[in-house]
Amino acid sequence: MSEDTAVTPTNRPVPVKESQSTVSALLSSAAGRNTGLVVALVLLCLAGVVTAGDRFADVDNVLTILRLAAVIGVVSVGMTFVITGGGIDLSVGAIVALSSVWATTLATQGLANSTHWIVMVFTALAVGGACGLVNGVLIAYGRVVAFIATLASLAAARGLAEIISNRKTQIVNVPGFAAFFDASVLGVPVLVVIFAVVAAAGWVLLNRTTFGRRTFAVGGNPEAARLAGIDVRRHTVLLYTLLGLCCGLAAVMLIARTTTGSATHGGLYELDAIAAVVIGGTLLSGGRGTIAGTVFGVLIFTTLSNVFTLNNLSISAQAVAKGAIIVVAVLLQQRLARRSGV
Amino acid sequence: MTVTSTPLLSVSGLVKRFPGVMALQGVDFEVRAGEVHCLLGQNGAGKSTLIKVLSGAHRPDEGEIRWQGEIAEFGSPTAAMRSGVAAMYQELDLVAGLSVADNVFLGHELSTMGFTRRAEARRRTRALLDRLGHPDIPPDRDVGRLSVAHQQVVSMARALSLDSKLLIMDEPSAVLDPDEVRILFGVIRELTAHGVAVVYISHRMAEIREIGDRVTVLKDGRTVATGLSAREVRTSELIGLMTGRVLENVFPHREPVDPAAPEVLVVRGLADGDRFSGVDLTVRAGEVVGLAGLVGSGRSEILETIYGARKPAEGTVEVEGRKLRPGSVGAAVRAGMGLCPEERKSQGLLLDQAVYRNITVSSLPSFARFGFLDDRTERARSSLLTEALDVRPPGVDRVVRGLSGGNQQKVVLARWLLRECRVLLLDEPTRGVDVGARSEIYELIRDLAARGVAVVVVSSDVEEVLGLADRVLVVCEGRVVHEGPSGEIDESRVLDLVMEGHAA
Repeated sequence: MSEDTAVTPTNRPVPVKESQSTVSALLSSAAGRNTGLVVALVLLCLAGVVTAGDRFADVDNVLTILRLAAVIGVVSVGMTFVITGGGIDLSVGAIVALSSVWATTLATQGLANSTHWIVMVFTALAVGGACGLVNGVLIAYGRVVAFIATLASLAAARGLAEIISNRKTQIVNVPGFAAFFDASVLGVPVLVVIFAVVAAAGWVLLNRTTFGRRTFAVGGNPEAARLAGIDVRRHTVLLYTLLGLCCGLAAVMLIARTTTGSATHGGLYELDAIAAVVIGGTLLSGGRGTIAGTVFGVLIFTTLSNVFTLNNLSISAQAVAKGAIIVVAVLLQQRLARRSGV
Repeated sequence: MTVTSTPLLSVSGLVKRFPGVMALQGVDFEVRAGEVHCLLGQNGAGKSTLIKVLSGAHRPDEGEIRWQGEIAEFGSPTAAMRSGVAAMYQELDLVAGLSVADNVFLGHELSTMGFTRRAEARRRTRALLDRLGHPDIPPDRDVGRLSVAHQQVVSMARALSLDSKLLIMDEPSAVLDPDEVRILFGVIRELTAHGVAVVYISHRMAEIREIGDRVTVLKDGRTVATGLSAREVRTSELIGLMTGRVLENVFPHREPVDPAAPEVLVVRGLADGDRFSGVDLTVRAGEVVGLAGLVGSGRSEILETIYGARKPAEGTVEVEGRKLRPGSVGAAVRAGMGLCPEERKSQGLLLDQAVYRNITVSSLPSFARFGFLDDRTERARSSLLTEALDVRPPGVDRVVRGLSGGNQQKVVLARWLLRECRVLLLDEPTRGVDVGARSEIYELIRDLAARGVAVVVVSSDVEEVLGLADRVLVVCEGRVVHEGPSGEIDESRVLDLVMEGHAA
């Protein structure tokens, strides 16, 4: 169109192999980010093998790790979307608890027994999704700061779960439900399969769809996204609702794993999920996010717990190690980011 | 170069490397006490890096800085400040949430035994602001609640509060209106009379002539000329030095608009109940309409309201005969409207994302099938546009943050070109864009109009409005005070109208 425009040598710093340096910078930052995580995971596994030997390197133990990782993993994938979109959600653990309680009341279980166990799944998803929707509307349209809005939801949802369950653990007695979730596909537990599917779907959604692209835009610069014609508020609501649905699904998985619904389920999930997302490389301020990193983050934390448990070390020691890992991971990331000139 | 006495600051062979880029590769120049030394160069020529080196924010990799004849090392901004160098950055370096007075004395607080002397700080801030012609800025006000122009004034007050020997000003006039620039120049003259040296950066040639003593030109991180007389050197020579080519005419030729062309954008009785009222505006296909006005006259607000980014109190906006839902950006974009906002970085761009993502962000659905994006097509279509617009350096996977102002602006333009929009609203399209890229952007805007787009340009640069637009509307204090063909009015008349009733 402006071929007739005279060519201006506008702003060319120095032609230092421009394209090459970009490509290599991209490669090194992408690989670098994940290499760090892979190395951490391998080191942890080595530590496991050295200290616990066969008890660690056993297939059953590996499956146990994965089954534990699956529940918090599903929440973390959802959390990756919210954080990439510039938000935060402190209420995920409480939403998991509320969903698990609602899906296991006598009424729900009765309905499930007289119709189909899938009713419990839909109940949990509906409750989780609704909680996410409320969070999203409060934040996007009510203009309540995300931290405060979800802190309020945390208290309210946990409280509601206690009221509904009367602070009692609700045992699940729906045969079809247990049978389905306890099964394995080619030796892989259904829970792990669900996590894998959610992670893969999450990756596609974040990296290959309009929705994902808008998430990066909304998190990176909400004002620019708005002026580019994106409905930022609607998108924010969708992000929190998506996370709510993930919490509902996690509740189903937790019910299957523990065969109970309880108001105490999902304790401190918010911190575990945020930690996994952040050490995975997602920027807490929004605009940059990675599902693969999150999955690694979850695996690292779960493996760590496993190694500590096998060695009969206390929960408190685990907590200290977790804290240390977060700090080291973030420091490493910053170093790598600086080197690749981002 | 004649050296009468020891220069206040002399720089030789300065080199600064960043990963992958040589930002400075041999800068030499010197500043004498009491002079205004203008630094000229295209965006990306290395001016900002040079300032950061001189003010201690960056360490040079090679080269020598002499301060009053002694080799100096400004290891940190504080060290530079102590020696007497104060810098006023283009990106405002103020802390929102703190008061004006706190910002002015941030880092060099007035204190006795650790207790800040707040009354004294307020008093001195008051005096500095008065000196800058702004008795209207309260020292206790939160800086975040001031307008951009007022923030700039605070930033100046901050630089003055240091009582420095060398003051570096990076495009201080970019957000100031003519009155404020005049006051700024008064302050600069007063400072230089007392022996303070000023390094002044601006893209406006007229300012350099008025206030400057000598000029140094940078290109690609090198000094290409230094010690030129600011009053005598020819503009074409300076542009030639900066760009390495000869520039014939800044503004492109324009064809008369077909009077029978359809009216694409019709605005009637628009008011926001606060900043402006009664705005009527009609733009035909192929027409460029300019809105001239001072910062704060309501011109940007008018544009944002037309776009739906602000809710109007009354009035209607129609695109091709269809009335838009008021206050909805989505409706405006769907109707074929595009906006290049005034604050490119904070309102227009996703700075840390790739060029192609910035271009396609407003047309994602057209690249998606069932919500799945085809990013190969995205890249291909974006490449065509960036090549056509001559975005440099090329490459659509490049992160936008690394591009110069002019090239960033082209990326925003490409976004709306991709949508093939019917109405394009441009707010200060050449702010922070150097002379060479500026004429390219003008050409581009005319090109779009020639293809039937209705264009509205807001600018505080009267010459730009008159040179670019077919028709001009002058806005003063929220009202349109003049409307007519741009050929029938001259710059001084527009300036009169712009000021009318303003700060009489």
